[in-house]
Amino acid sequence: MKNPITGLNKIFDNRIRLGIMSVLLVNEEINFNDLKQMLEVTDGNLATHLQNLEENGFLKIKKGFVGKKTNTTYSVTKAGEKAFADHIAALENMIKGVK
Amino acid sequence: MNEQNQQTLDTIQDIKRIMERSSRFISLSGLSGIAAGICALVGAWFAKQKLDDYYVNFNKGGYTDSGFHQLKIDLFIIAMLVLGAAWVAAFYFTWRKARHNKLPVWDLTAKRLTINLLIPLVAGGLFILAMYQYNEWIFIAPACLVFYGLALVNASKYTLTDVKYLGLSQILLGLINTQFVGYGLYFWAAGFGVLHIIYGFVMWWKYEKNG
Repeated sequence: MKNPITGLNKIFDNRIRLGIMSVLLVNEEINFNDLKQMLEVTDGNLATHLQNLEENGFLKIKKGFVGKKTNTTYSVTKAGEKAFADHIAALENMIKGVK
Repeated sequence: MNEQNQQTLDTIQDIKRIMERSSRFISLSGLSGIAAGICALVGAWFAKQKLDDYYVNFNKGGYTDSGFHQLKIDLFIIAMLVLGAAWVAAFYFTWRKARHNKLPVWDLTAKRLTINLLIPLVAGGLFILAMYQYNEWIFIAPACLVFYGLALVNASKYTLTDVKYLGLSQILLGLINTQFVGYGLYFWAAGFGVLHIIYGFVMWWKYEKNG
């Protein structure tokens, strides 16, 4: 999963997945539509990447209702937080030129 | 800087931008503050006229129930007009800034900002109406300033941090006003008028001058 040379996490290579994680890190929980608006992506595209992140255990999905409509909210898991922090650290190290 | 470093830096900047944009409402315009301040000063001027008229009659004919009642209604109408005009003007400039930056004006961060602003503001508004109901005049202006300041401090977590200092200034002014109770209208004009204009200008200068 990790690139052995740089320590970068392959999962976060994708800009949308990186974006999702960035939003989740600063928002306790967020629903699908707000996330879509924030990242300016299509429904299908967002859904695919959310599923990928969930399969990797980086985010939790909570299904609820607002009135009669379903309202799915997403929040980051401890594992997701850790993986993202490691990824940022790796990016920092690359800039500093340290391995 | 080599290409890979530049790419890495771009990624980090992307992350930072998304984090900021998804947690704070950044479209708040300094011009909104200036516009609201001008509305407040105009309103304060009208209120001063009404008060002066009232005291002229008071000195001539003494206290009358109808005169006092009319003053209450006039001041209430002025206050509502000022609130309405300031709200519309503030919204307009912020909407304009959001459109200019191609950002949605009513997104998650805007909703959070509004809710957190409204909780202390509505509580304060109802509290002040109750004081008004019992003709407890002297703390109306200080209460306006203190509650509004608290609302701003609370809301500042969801928008530009400058708003926090505007809030603290309002609170301070309101508390000072409690020791100079005859000068409520002047303190009110200083807080809602002058402070709004100053902070609005500073925020415009910092974030919008070159945009």
